[in-house]
Amino acid sequence: MSIQTRISLSPGATIWLRFTRNRVAVFCLGVLVAMFIVTIVAPWFSPYTYDQIDANYMHAGPDLETGHLFGTDLLGRDLFVRTMHGGRISLMVGLVATFVSLFIGVLWGSIAGYIGGNLDHFMMRVVDVLYALPFVFFAILLMVFFGRNIILIFVAIGAVNWLDMARIVRGQTLSLKERPFIEAARALGLSNRRIIFGHIVPNLFGVVVVYSTLIVPQAILLESFLSFLGLGVSEPMASWGTLVNDGRNEMEIAPWLLFYPSMFLAATLFCFLYVGDGLRDALDPRSR
Amino acid sequence: MPLLEVTDLNVRFETTQGEVHAATDVCLTVERGQTLGIVGESGSGKTQTMMSVLGLLAANGRAWGSVRFDDKELLGLDEDELNEIRGRRISVVFQDPMASLNPYRTIGSQLSEALTVHEELPGGTVRRRCVDILKAVRLSEPSARLGMYPHELSGGMCQRVMIAMALICRPDLLIADEPTSALDVTIQAEILALLAELKDIFDLSIVLVSHDLGVVAELSDHVLVMYGGQVMEYGTLTDIYKRAQHPYTLGLLDSLPRTTAAAGEALRAIPGDPPDLIHLPVGCPFLSRCPHRIGECEKTRPGLKWVEQEHLKACHLDGRP
Repeated sequence: MSIQTRISLSPGATIWLRFTRNRVAVFCLGVLVAMFIVTIVAPWFSPYTYDQIDANYMHAGPDLETGHLFGTDLLGRDLFVRTMHGGRISLMVGLVATFVSLFIGVLWGSIAGYIGGNLDHFMMRVVDVLYALPFVFFAILLMVFFGRNIILIFVAIGAVNWLDMARIVRGQTLSLKERPFIEAARALGLSNRRIIFGHIVPNLFGVVVVYSTLIVPQAILLESFLSFLGLGVSEPMASWGTLVNDGRNEMEIAPWLLFYPSMFLAATLFCFLYVGDGLRDALDPRSR
Repeated sequence: MPLLEVTDLNVRFETTQGEVHAATDVCLTVERGQTLGIVGESGSGKTQTMMSVLGLLAANGRAWGSVRFDDKELLGLDEDELNEIRGRRISVVFQDPMASLNPYRTIGSQLSEALTVHEELPGGTVRRRCVDILKAVRLSEPSARLGMYPHELSGGMCQRVMIAMALICRPDLLIADEPTSALDVTIQAEILALLAELKDIFDLSIVLVSHDLGVVAELSDHVLVMYGGQVMEYGTLTDIYKRAQHPYTLGLLDSLPRTTAAAGEALRAIPGDPPDLIHLPVGCPFLSRCPHRIGECEKTRPGLKWVEQEHLKACHLDGRP
């Protein structure tokens, strides 16, 4: 048989194949994709907007006839649309914060780990100092200086999350740089930049992907926490965190206000964790 | 003028237990178009000597002395200057071919990277050069291999790819560090034959580092015997294999397995252990294992002295013991 008839599978493709064997994880990935699409598309098909007050149906329960699928809140705003809008914000916070922490963390950790020596000491002490900063204090400080702004939530959460990523990446880099192929790359006359970005970073892929799926729910929860403290997105905008907080106040008289946003939040977090779990199994060479 | 001339090279590693004397006053020369074999047990400083030539020592290592390559001093060059020489003038083939290739990148991307860091070439030429070099190392179906990942190749094929990567920029000197130790015997023979063939095609000089006297005998013009980080004996292939004078070299030759040995006859070995490179003895490093030691051996370290033309040894004894 000629070798050309066989398809070369990259390590990434092999991992994907093994991931797809985990039915639950694939299902969860599907749910997440659906969640993204629905939160973006669904509000277009609703007659209401997220800040529109329907004076006829204040504090009304879910009702198909009126078009308030999830009911309305105290002010008569449609909870379905608000949940979808909240989902956009929460998912965006999760993804942007993860991307920011991924970018800074991988860059910071791989450079510190590979170059080593005094630079490593300096860079990791910076991480330690930032770690020591109390998160809530930091968030309040930002709000005080710049006012309430959604960008600040990204900054605050991103500034905290990349620290763990940098430590994990540095640890991985330290073990990677002792591998023979890195020595071989050095012997070929490759610059540090080429070795870090061409040989170290691709090998970090597995760890980074798994860890990222854990950062997304963490960032969503942090945003909920900030919203809970009143430091998150401001009215009339909503995130799942603020909706759950509002619903909590009225859970005895209007349980749907707590039920629907919590369902979406919990389902999303669950799916992210399950996808992360599936990826970790797929990346584990012993599970081959 | 030799291509590579190493004079009084010392390599030390700082560790928490003390200073490791990986190489002490090592001298060697490699003539153009010739092959130098370096033999010795594990931990005799063979590899670290050659790694210090390219400035590839670990962070806690330092080297001093002189390494002249093509009449240019290499010790003390900075990373950028060394990167100009690594891969382009001097290449290395490492011991474990499977681990020496990046598992996440295709053979083609790794091969072409080796080429493009040193030469600016249009895309089509890069691919052609990659295919040509894979043909030269006799890898079957070279153009199909470019898209494959290292785990799809066998150890012997990976070593051919490693040799191709080392030779793609047409270097003058190839350092082959135990190139066959991780391979099985039949593949070993193929790789050695390949190196011999490529040496002529590419007009290479080779430093062949091995613990295996048989491997060194296949290719080498000259042989350097190292022990405890020091040169024990140096000479032409026949000097070392037929007229060896140093007790350590004789011990090594004596411990080669023989097909003529009677059934049930035990394999011979040099009794004792290699020296502790942190606490080297004052005198000869081979002292504790040498069957012919004399009083002088404990007091002073023997320097290299001429036995005959091109044949040197570091031993206090005169003549063959």
